[in-house]
Amino acid sequence: MSTKLVTISPATDAALSRRGFLAKVGILFNGLAAMLLAVPIGRYLFSSVSRGTGNGYLSWVPLGSVSDFPEGETRLASFRNPNVMPTDGKTVDTACWVRRVTGDQFQVFAINCAHLGCPVRWFPQSGLFMCPCHGGAYYRDGSRASGPPERGLFEYAYKVENGLVTIQAGELPTPGGPTAALGLEKPPCA
Amino acid sequence: MRLAAKIGEWLDHRLQLAAPIREAAEHRVPRNTASWFYVFGSAALTVFLIQLVTGILLALIYVPSAGEAWSSLQNLNHDVALGWFIRGMHGWGSNFMVAIVLIHMVQVFLFGAYKFPRELTWIIGVFLLLMTLGMAFTGQIMRFDQDAYWGLGIGASIASRVPVIGPAAVKLMLGGPIIAGATLSRFFALHVFVIPGLLVAFVGLHLLMVLKLGITEWPMPGRIVRRTTYEREYHTLTRQDGEPFVPYAVWKDMFFAGFIILAIAACAFYFGPFGPTGQPDPTIIQTAPKPDYFFLWLYALLSLLPPSMETPFLLIGPPLAIVALVLLPFLSGEGEKSWKRRPIAVLTVLLIAVTLGTFTRMAQFAPWSPHMNAWSGDPVPDRFVRGTTALERQGALVFQVKQCRNCHALGATGGQRGPALDSVAVRLTQDQLIRQVIQGGGNMPAYGKNLSPAETTALVAFLETLHPARQAPARDASRDTVLGESGQKPLRAQP
Repeated sequence: MSTKLVTISPATDAALSRRGFLAKVGILFNGLAAMLLAVPIGRYLFSSVSRGTGNGYLSWVPLGSVSDFPEGETRLASFRNPNVMPTDGKTVDTACWVRRVTGDQFQVFAINCAHLGCPVRWFPQSGLFMCPCHGGAYYRDGSRASGPPERGLFEYAYKVENGLVTIQAGELPTPGGPTAALGLEKPPCA
Repeated sequence: MRLAAKIGEWLDHRLQLAAPIREAAEHRVPRNTASWFYVFGSAALTVFLIQLVTGILLALIYVPSAGEAWSSLQNLNHDVALGWFIRGMHGWGSNFMVAIVLIHMVQVFLFGAYKFPRELTWIIGVFLLLMTLGMAFTGQIMRFDQDAYWGLGIGASIASRVPVIGPAAVKLMLGGPIIAGATLSRFFALHVFVIPGLLVAFVGLHLLMVLKLGITEWPMPGRIVRRTTYEREYHTLTRQDGEPFVPYAVWKDMFFAGFIILAIAACAFYFGPFGPTGQPDPTIIQTAPKPDYFFLWLYALLSLLPPSMETPFLLIGPPLAIVALVLLPFLSGEGEKSWKRRPIAVLTVLLIAVTLGTFTRMAQFAPWSPHMNAWSGDPVPDRFVRGTTALERQGALVFQVKQCRNCHALGATGGQRGPALDSVAVRLTQDQLIRQVIQGGGNMPAYGKNLSPAETTALVAFLETLHPARQAPARDASRDTVLGESGQKPLRAQP
């Protein structure tokens, strides 16, 4: 048996060297660590979304007693958002339009225009809600009258308990939002 | 002096930056690029640096909390020495930055500078434009006032229309279910960390490519860009007819940069800072929010599009525009550079400029918005009621009290949502007036349920008097046939 000189050739692209292998393991290791970290970061980042699924933000808030709202009239009311954070300032108070159709029958409209969310104003003389932004108009029952909105005003679900008008609020009403469907069934005509 | 040179040498021995900096400064540029048309890129960079500096200065005082942001801005405006001036610089700087970035983009487009081999420089430029607009929008939110609050509502309403992920996108954007403290905090993070960080990185890449690939030469009609020959031709040009960038071309950049800085300072000094307007209190509903200048065109577009086209336009339009801008250098990466041989390019720029300009101008008047106080604030001019009957005067009262005035002008005052009614009787017969009032139509609500028959009769009687003195009101010819002359109301000229 002749002695053969063993030469260690430098690693080429084709052959994986020990160090090259270790570098790849290192990348893999860091990739795993990054993936592990991505879970808490992702959950933190999307916490505002995940909490909101399944009416997570909605709760019942009182608007005032039934006697505050004369029959056949539409009045401005305001309520405090059910979830208040310490830095919210004035933004947690929201206005809404309360229409007492008759007795315990109400319609509570969001202040936000169904077009792009500007605050609509009620004009009792002409029985119209008008939006100052792009000129949307709605009838007294909230149905669309004219202008760019594609639908009627958003409505809050309400209930009357112990003489108090209470609405289910907590989410900014937007055209695609989950609360948007509420006002779509034809409201009772006065 | 010797000491300074020694310190410089000591530093450079370790940093080794002097040589690459000198190389970058003295890289050769074609002589014909030392033009006033080539100053907008460096001007945009200058304004960006001003925004960085003034932004940091504002952050020393500003409180990014929904409860306190508004009062901290009042504090900046009124109590902190020259706080108003720094706010003014930052606000005007933002307007200047959007404008200069747009001018820079138009110049690059018209000079064909986006063509081979500068495609990536253009694409990164497109993203820089988007980030600039992103800074403008998020900056408007920092000024946490009524406009910011309702502007966020508009943004949320648009985001909510995205199919499937809309509601989640709204909550992600607002940091919760409503516009509140978390909303301002995350827009602050975007405005101060995320977008500026990306901007710095992308500006760096953009500049690096300008250095590596060279500034585009002055476009000569007939000098065609070809992938195979362009780079050789460019290097020949810079060798034979080139000069070092510093000092040959740089002095124009410096003069223009200085001019822009002074212009921003002058605007800040004379016109002052922007807002804040009213407090961000959503229970104050007597407000008509309007976006800042550079988004006014969008405000107009959202009012004028037919309702059914709006959502598709909002969701498809912007991605389409971005894709078109990104694809541009691949679709026309070769060929003529000069605008003199690219009529469609020139027409495209003109069309977009005229469209955006028109929309912006219209949004300053907002003819589509009802004048909320016209019914109580703008009385019917007395010439319209002089010599009228009791019924017609009652009609004028109905006209006023039913808020018709909010949308219809009379005597050049009132809303412009609907047509002016000074001569409506010439256009519509009595029957048509009754129908329009009761059933509405076009952009007008139906008033049938909100007017008693007596009110309708009075209102229409008043509307029928609205015609010029020497022009007869519209007549229904069929009435003449059936009823004879007695079928028409007697003519009564308006004084």
